[in-house]
Amino acid sequence: MEWTDEAILLGTRRHGETAAVVTVLSRAHGRHAGLVRGGAGRRARAALQSGNRLQVTWRGRLAEQLGSFAWELLAAEGTRWLADAVRLGAVASACALVDFAFPERESHPRAYESLLALLAGLADAHWRETYARWELDLLAELGYGLDLSSCAVTGRNDELAYVSPRSGRAVSLSAGEAFRDRLLALPAFLRGQGHASADEIRAALTLTGYFLERRVAAQAGRPMPAARTRLVGQFAA
Amino acid sequence: MAGSEIERLIQLLARLPGLGPRSARRAVLALFSRRAALFDPLMEAMARAAESVRVCSVCGNIDSSDPCAICADEARDGAQICVVENVASLWAMERTGAFRGRYHVLGGLLSALDGVGPDELGIERLLARAASSGAREIILATPATVEGQTTAHYIAQRLAGRGVAISGLAQGVPMGGELDYLDDGTIGAALAARRAL
Repeated sequence: MEWTDEAILLGTRRHGETAAVVTVLSRAHGRHAGLVRGGAGRRARAALQSGNRLQVTWRGRLAEQLGSFAWELLAAEGTRWLADAVRLGAVASACALVDFAFPERESHPRAYESLLALLAGLADAHWRETYARWELDLLAELGYGLDLSSCAVTGRNDELAYVSPRSGRAVSLSAGEAFRDRLLALPAFLRGQGHASADEIRAALTLTGYFLERRVAAQAGRPMPAARTRLVGQFAA
Repeated sequence: MAGSEIERLIQLLARLPGLGPRSARRAVLALFSRRAALFDPLMEAMARAAESVRVCSVCGNIDSSDPCAICADEARDGAQICVVENVASLWAMERTGAFRGRYHVLGGLLSALDGVGPDELGIERLLARAASSGAREIILATPATVEGQTTAHYIAQRLAGRGVAISGLAQGVPMGGELDYLDDGTIGAALAARRAL
Protein backbone atom coordinates (compact mmCIF):
# COMPACT_ATOMS: atom_id res chain seq x y z
CA MET A 1 0.00 0.00 0.00
CA GLU A 2 1.21 3.49 -0.72
CA TRP A 3 -0.03 7.06 -0.60
CA THR A 4 1.52 10.51 -0.93
CA ASP A 5 0.18 13.52 0.91
CA GLU A 6 1.09 16.87 2.39
CA ALA A 7 1.50 16.79 6.16
CA ILE A 8 2.45 18.76 9.25
CA LEU A 9 4.81 17.02 11.63
CA LEU A 10 3.38 16.61 15.14
CA GLY A 11 6.17 14.74 16.88
CA THR A 12 9.20 12.52 16.50
CA ARG A 13 10.29 9.68 18.71
CA ARG A 14 13.67 8.04 18.24
CA HIS A 15 13.55 4.38 17.25
CA GLY A 16 16.79 2.51 17.69
CA GLU A 17 20.00 4.22 16.76
CA THR A 18 19.23 5.59 13.35
CA ALA A 19 15.47 5.57 12.79
CA ALA A 20 12.57 7.60 14.18
CA VAL A 21 8.84 7.07 14.48
CA VAL A 22 7.24 10.23 13.15
CA THR A 23 3.64 11.31 13.68
CA VAL A 24 2.08 13.73 11.21
CA LEU A 25 -1.29 15.31 10.52
CA SER A 26 -1.79 14.74 6.80
CA ARG A 27 -4.28 16.54 4.62
CA ALA A 28 -6.27 13.52 3.44
CA HIS A 29 -5.13 10.67 5.72
CA GLY A 30 -5.44 12.34 9.13
CA ARG A 31 -3.08 11.73 12.00
CA HIS A 32 -0.70 9.03 10.89
CA ALA A 33 2.53 7.55 12.19
CA GLY A 34 5.33 5.89 10.26
CA LEU A 35 8.94 4.85 10.55
CA VAL A 36 11.54 7.14 9.01
CA ARG A 37 14.78 5.32 8.30
CA GLY A 38 17.68 7.60 9.08
CA GLY A 39 15.26 9.87 10.98
CA ALA A 40 17.66 10.15 13.92
CA GLY A 41 20.47 11.37 11.69
CA ARG A 42 21.81 14.91 11.83
CA ARG A 43 20.31 16.15 8.57
CA ALA A 44 16.93 14.53 9.04
CA ARG A 45 16.58 15.79 12.60
CA ALA A 46 16.96 19.39 11.47
CA ALA A 47 13.86 19.00 9.29
CA LEU A 48 11.82 16.49 11.30
CA GLN A 49 10.67 19.01 13.87
CA SER A 50 7.17 19.73 15.14
CA GLY A 51 5.23 22.18 12.99
CA ASN A 52 7.34 21.70 9.87
CA ARG A 53 5.43 21.00 6.66
CA LEU A 54 6.45 17.94 4.68
CA GLN A 55 5.46 15.95 1.67
CA VAL A 56 5.28 12.35 2.84
CA THR A 57 4.90 9.06 1.03
CA TRP A 58 3.69 6.28 3.29
CA ARG A 59 4.37 2.68 2.36
CA GLY A 60 3.31 -0.49 4.14
CA ARG A 61 2.68 -4.06 3.07
CA LEU A 62 -0.65 -4.01 4.94
CA ALA A 63 -2.80 -1.00 5.84
CA GLU A 64 -2.69 -1.82 9.56
CA GLN A 65 1.10 -1.87 9.72
CA LEU A 66 3.14 1.05 11.05
CA GLY A 67 4.72 1.40 7.61
CA SER A 68 7.44 3.83 6.68
CA PHE A 69 7.59 7.40 5.47
CA ALA A 70 9.70 8.86 2.71
CA TRP A 71 9.66 12.62 3.17
CA GLU A 72 10.66 15.96 1.78
CA LEU A 73 10.63 19.25 3.66
CA LEU A 74 8.21 21.78 2.16
CA ALA A 75 8.45 24.58 4.72
CA ALA A 76 10.14 24.99 8.11
CA GLU A 77 7.00 26.46 9.70
CA GLY A 78 7.86 25.16 13.19
CA THR A 79 11.60 25.70 13.43
CA ARG A 80 11.37 29.28 12.18
CA TRP A 81 10.17 30.22 15.67
CA LEU A 82 12.96 28.59 17.70
CA ALA A 83 14.09 31.99 19.01
CA ASP A 84 10.59 33.20 19.95
CA ALA A 85 9.54 31.63 23.23
CA VAL A 86 5.78 32.27 23.03
CA ARG A 87 5.30 31.51 19.33
CA LEU A 88 7.38 28.34 19.74
CA GLY A 89 5.16 27.52 22.71
CA ALA A 90 2.11 27.95 20.45
CA VAL A 91 3.60 25.57 17.84
CA ALA A 92 4.33 22.99 20.55
CA SER A 93 0.89 23.40 22.10
CA ALA A 94 -0.99 23.11 18.79
CA CYS A 95 0.96 20.03 17.69
CA ALA A 96 0.53 18.40 21.10
CA LEU A 97 -3.22 19.12 21.12
CA VAL A 98 -3.72 17.66 17.62
CA ASP A 99 -1.63 14.62 18.51
CA PHE A 100 -3.60 14.24 21.74
CA ALA A 101 -7.11 14.81 20.41
CA PHE A 102 -7.44 13.12 17.03
CA PRO A 103 -7.72 9.38 16.54
CA GLU A 104 -5.12 7.87 14.25
CA ARG A 105 -5.86 7.39 10.54
CA GLU A 106 -9.13 9.30 10.55
CA SER A 107 -9.33 11.90 7.81
CA HIS A 108 -9.78 15.50 9.04
CA PRO A 109 -8.92 17.77 6.10
CA ARG A 110 -10.44 20.81 7.84
CA ALA A 111 -8.22 20.24 10.86
CA TYR A 112 -5.21 20.13 8.54
CA GLU A 113 -6.18 23.39 6.83
CA SER A 114 -6.88 24.98 10.20
CA LEU A 115 -3.47 23.99 11.62
CA LEU A 116 -1.78 25.18 8.45
CA ALA A 117 -3.55 28.55 8.73
CA LEU A 118 -2.51 28.82 12.38
CA LEU A 119 1.16 28.18 11.56
CA ALA A 120 1.03 30.76 8.76
CA GLY A 121 -0.79 33.21 11.04
CA LEU A 122 1.93 33.11 13.70
CA ALA A 123 3.78 35.78 11.73
CA ASP A 124 0.92 38.27 12.17
CA ALA A 125 0.76 40.89 14.89
CA HIS A 126 -2.51 39.49 16.27
CA TRP A 127 -1.40 35.86 16.22
CA ARG A 128 -2.61 35.21 19.78
CA GLU A 129 -6.19 35.80 18.62
CA THR A 130 -5.55 33.38 15.74
CA TYR A 131 -4.37 30.77 18.24
CA ALA A 132 -7.44 31.19 20.46
CA ARG A 133 -9.76 30.91 17.43
CA TRP A 134 -7.84 27.84 16.31
CA GLU A 135 -8.63 26.10 19.61
CA LEU A 136 -12.29 26.96 19.02
CA ASP A 137 -12.06 25.39 15.53
CA LEU A 138 -10.34 22.36 17.04
CA LEU A 139 -13.27 21.83 19.41
CA ALA A 140 -15.69 22.11 16.48
CA GLU A 141 -13.72 19.60 14.39
CA LEU A 142 -13.73 17.18 17.33
CA GLY A 143 -17.52 17.47 17.55
CA TYR A 144 -17.60 19.72 20.61
CA GLY A 145 -18.19 23.01 18.83
CA LEU A 146 -19.53 25.93 20.84
CA ASP A 147 -22.66 27.69 19.58
CA LEU A 148 -21.84 31.39 19.76
CA SER A 149 -24.51 32.49 17.27
CA SER A 150 -27.29 33.46 19.67
CA CYS A 151 -28.29 33.55 23.33
CA ALA A 152 -29.39 30.16 24.67
CA VAL A 153 -31.97 31.90 26.89
CA THR A 154 -33.41 34.73 24.79
CA GLY A 155 -32.51 33.63 21.26
CA ARG A 156 -31.15 37.11 20.52
CA ASN A 157 -27.73 37.58 18.99
CA ASP A 158 -26.66 40.87 20.55
CA GLU A 159 -24.62 41.52 23.71
CA LEU A 160 -23.45 37.94 23.96
CA ALA A 161 -21.07 37.91 26.93
CA TYR A 162 -21.00 34.41 28.41
CA VAL A 163 -20.95 30.74 27.49
CA SER A 164 -22.81 28.07 29.40
CA PRO A 165 -20.31 25.43 30.64
CA ARG A 166 -23.04 22.84 30.41
CA SER A 167 -24.39 23.38 26.89
CA GLY A 168 -21.53 25.27 25.24
CA ARG A 169 -24.03 27.88 24.01
CA ALA A 170 -23.65 31.64 24.25
CA VAL A 171 -25.64 33.62 26.84
CA SER A 172 -26.37 37.34 26.62
CA LEU A 173 -25.19 39.88 29.20
CA SER A 174 -28.69 40.53 30.59
CA ALA A 175 -29.78 36.89 30.71
CA GLY A 176 -26.52 35.71 32.23
CA GLU A 177 -25.97 38.48 34.78
CA ALA A 178 -27.60 36.57 37.63
CA PHE A 179 -25.49 33.45 36.91
CA ARG A 180 -22.22 35.13 35.95
CA ASP A 181 -20.24 33.20 38.58
CA ARG A 182 -21.25 29.94 36.97
CA LEU A 183 -20.77 31.03 33.35
CA LEU A 184 -17.62 31.34 31.26
CA ALA A 185 -16.70 34.73 29.82
CA LEU A 186 -17.07 35.09 26.05
CA PRO A 187 -14.52 37.61 24.70
CA ALA A 188 -15.97 39.76 21.90
CA PHE A 189 -13.11 38.96 19.48
CA LEU A 190 -14.22 35.32 19.33
CA ARG A 191 -17.39 36.62 17.69
CA GLY A 192 -15.35 38.64 15.20
CA GLN A 193 -15.70 41.94 17.07
CA GLY A 194 -12.42 43.89 17.20
CA HIS A 195 -9.04 42.91 18.51
CA ALA A 196 -8.36 41.28 21.85
CA SER A 197 -6.65 42.63 24.94
CA ALA A 198 -4.31 40.35 26.94
CA ASP A 199 -7.15 39.70 29.41
CA GLU A 200 -9.50 38.69 26.60
CA ILE A 201 -6.90 36.26 25.20
CA ARG A 202 -6.62 34.67 28.64
CA ALA A 203 -10.42 34.53 28.90
CA ALA A 204 -10.61 32.85 25.49
CA LEU A 205 -8.05 30.22 26.51
CA THR A 206 -9.92 29.64 29.76
CA LEU A 207 -13.08 29.10 27.71
CA THR A 208 -11.54 26.69 25.19
CA GLY A 209 -9.45 25.04 27.91
CA TYR A 210 -12.57 24.30 29.92
CA PHE A 211 -14.16 22.36 27.07
CA LEU A 212 -10.90 20.73 25.96
CA GLU A 213 -10.39 19.47 29.48
CA ARG A 214 -13.98 18.44 30.31
CA ARG A 215 -14.88 16.97 26.95
CA VAL A 216 -11.76 15.94 25.08
CA ALA A 217 -9.28 15.09 27.87
CA ALA A 218 -11.94 13.56 30.12
CA GLN A 219 -13.12 11.30 27.32
CA ALA A 220 -9.56 10.27 26.50
CA GLY A 221 -8.89 9.67 30.21
CA ARG A 222 -5.63 11.60 30.00
CA PRO A 223 -4.49 14.96 31.37
CA MET A 224 -4.21 17.93 29.03
CA PRO A 225 -0.87 18.16 27.18
CA ALA A 226 1.73 19.95 29.29
CA ALA A 227 2.70 22.10 26.29
CA ARG A 228 -0.78 23.69 26.30
CA THR A 229 -0.59 24.34 30.05
CA ARG A 230 2.81 25.99 29.59
CA LEU A 231 1.46 28.18 26.77
CA VAL A 232 -1.33 29.46 29.04
CA GLY A 233 1.39 30.34 31.58
CA GLN A 234 3.37 32.17 28.88
CA PHE A 235 0.29 34.15 27.84
CA ALA A 236 -0.28 35.11 31.48
CA ALA A 237 3.32 36.30 31.99
CA MET B 1 27.37 -22.77 17.45
CA ALA B 2 28.80 -20.93 20.44
CA GLY B 3 28.09 -22.02 24.02
CA SER B 4 25.36 -20.30 26.03
CA GLU B 5 27.81 -18.05 27.92
CA ILE B 6 29.26 -16.76 24.68
CA GLU B 7 25.79 -16.34 23.16
CA ARG B 8 24.74 -14.37 26.23
CA LEU B 9 27.79 -12.13 25.90
CA ILE B 10 27.06 -11.57 22.20
CA GLN B 11 23.42 -10.72 22.97
CA LEU B 12 24.43 -8.19 25.63
CA LEU B 13 27.08 -6.55 23.47
CA ALA B 14 24.64 -6.38 20.54
CA ARG B 15 22.39 -4.12 22.64
CA LEU B 16 25.08 -1.43 22.82
CA PRO B 17 24.86 1.60 20.53
CA GLY B 18 26.81 1.10 17.32
CA LEU B 19 26.84 -2.68 17.63
CA GLY B 20 24.56 -5.26 16.07
CA PRO B 21 24.66 -9.07 16.38
CA ARG B 22 27.32 -9.39 13.67
CA SER B 23 29.68 -6.77 15.12
CA ALA B 24 29.03 -8.13 18.65
CA ARG B 25 30.20 -11.57 17.47
CA ARG B 26 33.34 -10.00 16.03
CA ALA B 27 33.95 -8.13 19.29
CA VAL B 28 33.56 -11.31 21.35
CA LEU B 29 35.96 -13.21 19.09
CA ALA B 30 38.47 -10.36 19.40
CA LEU B 31 38.13 -10.42 23.20
CA PHE B 32 38.81 -14.15 23.41
CA SER B 33 41.63 -14.13 20.90
CA ARG B 34 43.41 -11.43 22.92
CA ARG B 35 42.35 -12.52 26.35
CA ALA B 36 45.30 -11.24 28.37
CA ALA B 37 45.73 -8.01 26.45
CA LEU B 38 42.07 -7.10 26.05
CA PHE B 39 39.49 -9.27 27.80
CA ASP B 40 40.94 -9.35 31.32
CA PRO B 41 41.78 -5.60 31.48
CA LEU B 42 38.37 -4.76 30.00
CA MET B 43 36.59 -6.95 32.54
CA GLU B 44 38.54 -5.37 35.35
CA ALA B 45 37.88 -1.84 34.05
CA MET B 46 34.16 -2.55 33.69
CA ALA B 47 33.91 -4.01 37.18
CA ARG B 48 35.70 -0.99 38.63
CA ALA B 49 33.58 1.45 36.67
CA ALA B 50 30.35 -0.32 37.66
CA GLU B 51 31.40 -0.10 41.28
CA SER B 52 32.71 3.45 41.39
CA VAL B 53 30.97 5.54 38.72
CA ARG B 54 28.16 7.62 40.16
CA VAL B 55 25.93 10.47 39.06
CA CYS B 56 27.32 13.74 40.42
CA SER B 57 24.92 15.09 43.04
CA VAL B 58 25.77 18.68 42.02
CA CYS B 59 25.60 18.71 38.22
CA GLY B 60 24.29 15.31 37.08
CA ASN B 61 27.51 14.35 35.25
CA ILE B 62 28.86 10.82 35.70
CA ASP B 63 32.23 10.29 37.31
CA SER B 64 34.00 8.04 39.78
CA SER B 65 33.83 10.75 42.42
CA ASP B 66 30.94 12.75 43.80
CA PRO B 67 31.15 15.73 43.26
CA CYS B 68 32.59 15.02 39.82
CA ALA B 69 36.04 16.23 38.72
CA ILE B 70 34.53 19.26 36.95
CA CYS B 71 32.53 20.37 39.99
CA ALA B 72 35.52 19.77 42.26
CA ASP B 73 37.95 21.68 40.03
CA GLU B 74 38.56 25.00 41.76
CA ALA B 75 40.23 26.42 38.67
CA ARG B 76 36.88 26.42 36.89
CA ASP B 77 34.67 29.50 36.86
CA GLY B 78 31.74 28.85 39.17
CA ALA B 79 30.03 32.02 37.96
CA GLN B 80 29.09 30.33 34.67
CA ILE B 81 26.81 27.30 34.51
CA CYS B 82 26.21 25.65 31.15
CA VAL B 83 22.93 23.73 31.01
CA VAL B 84 23.04 20.67 28.72
CA GLU B 85 20.56 17.95 27.79
CA ASN B 86 22.68 14.95 28.75
CA VAL B 87 26.17 13.72 29.57
CA ALA B 88 26.94 13.26 25.84
CA SER B 89 26.34 17.00 25.35
CA LEU B 90 28.61 17.77 28.32
CA TRP B 91 31.36 15.65 26.81
CA ALA B 92 30.88 17.41 23.45
CA MET B 93 31.32 20.80 25.16
CA GLU B 94 34.38 19.56 27.02
CA ARG B 95 35.95 18.31 23.79
CA THR B 96 36.04 21.87 22.51
CA GLY B 97 38.07 23.05 25.49
CA ALA B 98 36.38 26.42 25.00
CA PHE B 99 34.32 26.44 28.18
CA ARG B 100 35.89 26.67 31.62
CA GLY B 101 32.78 27.04 33.73
CA ARG B 102 30.61 24.37 35.33
CA TYR B 103 27.72 22.31 33.98
CA HIS B 104 24.21 21.25 34.80
CA VAL B 105 22.88 18.09 33.14
CA LEU B 106 19.10 18.07 32.69
CA GLY B 107 18.82 14.40 31.78
CA GLY B 108 16.32 15.06 28.94
CA LEU B 109 14.10 17.71 27.40
CA LEU B 110 10.53 18.82 27.86
CA SER B 111 8.53 16.56 25.57
CA ALA B 112 4.80 16.45 25.01
CA LEU B 113 5.11 13.18 23.11
CA ASP B 114 7.07 11.41 25.84
CA GLY B 115 5.25 13.11 28.72
CA VAL B 116 8.43 14.65 30.13
CA GLY B 117 7.67 17.70 32.27
CA PRO B 118 9.73 20.08 34.43
CA ASP B 119 9.54 17.73 37.42
CA GLU B 120 11.20 14.89 35.51
CA LEU B 121 14.08 17.16 34.49
CA GLY B 122 14.88 18.46 37.96
CA ILE B 123 14.58 22.09 36.89
CA GLU B 124 13.87 23.09 40.50
CA ARG B 125 17.31 21.70 41.37
CA LEU B 126 18.86 23.97 38.74
CA LEU B 127 17.00 27.01 40.09
CA ALA B 128 18.14 26.22 43.62
CA ARG B 129 21.71 25.76 42.40
CA ALA B 130 21.67 29.02 40.47
CA ALA B 131 20.53 30.81 43.61
CA SER B 132 22.96 29.16 46.03
CA SER B 133 26.11 28.96 43.91
CA GLY B 134 26.41 32.67 43.15
CA ALA B 135 26.25 32.02 39.40
CA ARG B 136 26.26 35.18 37.27
CA GLU B 137 25.49 33.58 33.90
CA ILE B 138 23.48 30.54 32.87
CA ILE B 139 24.27 29.33 29.34
CA LEU B 140 21.44 27.27 27.86
CA ALA B 141 23.14 24.79 25.52
CA THR B 142 20.10 22.68 24.66
CA PRO B 143 19.69 21.35 21.09
CA ALA B 144 18.39 23.61 18.30
CA THR B 145 15.18 21.59 18.07
CA VAL B 146 11.60 22.46 19.00
CA GLU B 147 11.90 20.43 22.22
CA GLY B 148 15.39 21.76 22.98
CA GLN B 149 14.45 25.40 22.54
CA THR B 150 11.09 24.93 24.33
CA THR B 151 13.10 23.64 27.28
CA ALA B 152 15.55 26.56 27.02
CA HIS B 153 12.75 29.15 26.91
CA TYR B 154 11.02 27.49 29.86
CA ILE B 155 14.21 27.57 31.96
CA ALA B 156 14.89 31.17 30.90
CA GLN B 157 11.36 32.11 32.00
CA ARG B 158 11.85 30.42 35.37
CA LEU B 159 15.23 32.13 35.88
CA ALA B 160 13.99 35.59 34.91
CA GLY B 161 14.24 38.21 37.64
CA ARG B 162 16.77 36.25 39.70
CA GLY B 163 19.67 38.56 38.90
CA VAL B 164 21.46 36.11 36.66
CA ALA B 165 22.32 36.65 32.98
CA ILE B 166 20.79 34.05 30.67
CA SER B 167 22.28 33.22 27.28
CA GLY B 168 21.87 30.56 24.61
CA LEU B 169 24.18 29.08 22.02
CA ALA B 170 24.23 30.81 18.62
CA GLN B 171 22.59 29.07 15.69
CA GLY B 172 23.73 29.25 12.11
CA VAL B 173 26.12 28.07 9.43
CA PRO B 174 28.43 25.29 10.70
CA MET B 175 32.18 25.25 10.05
CA GLY B 176 32.69 24.26 6.41
CA GLY B 177 28.98 24.62 5.71
CA GLU B 178 27.85 25.55 2.21
CA LEU B 179 24.53 27.36 1.98
CA ASP B 180 23.29 25.17 -0.85
CA TYR B 181 23.43 22.12 1.43
CA LEU B 182 21.88 23.71 4.52
CA ASP B 183 18.22 23.40 5.50
CA ASP B 184 15.93 26.45 5.37
CA GLY B 185 15.69 26.75 9.15
CA THR B 186 19.47 26.95 9.63
CA ILE B 187 19.87 29.57 6.90
CA GLY B 188 16.99 31.60 8.37
CA ALA B 189 18.50 31.42 11.88
CA ALA B 190 21.93 32.38 10.55
CA LEU B 191 20.49 35.36 8.70
CA ALA B 192 18.57 36.51 11.77
CA ALA B 193 21.73 36.25 13.91
CA ARG B 194 24.04 37.92 11.38
CA ARG B 195 26.85 40.06 12.77
CA ALA B 196 28.73 43.12 11.62
CA LEU B 197 32.15 42.45 10.11
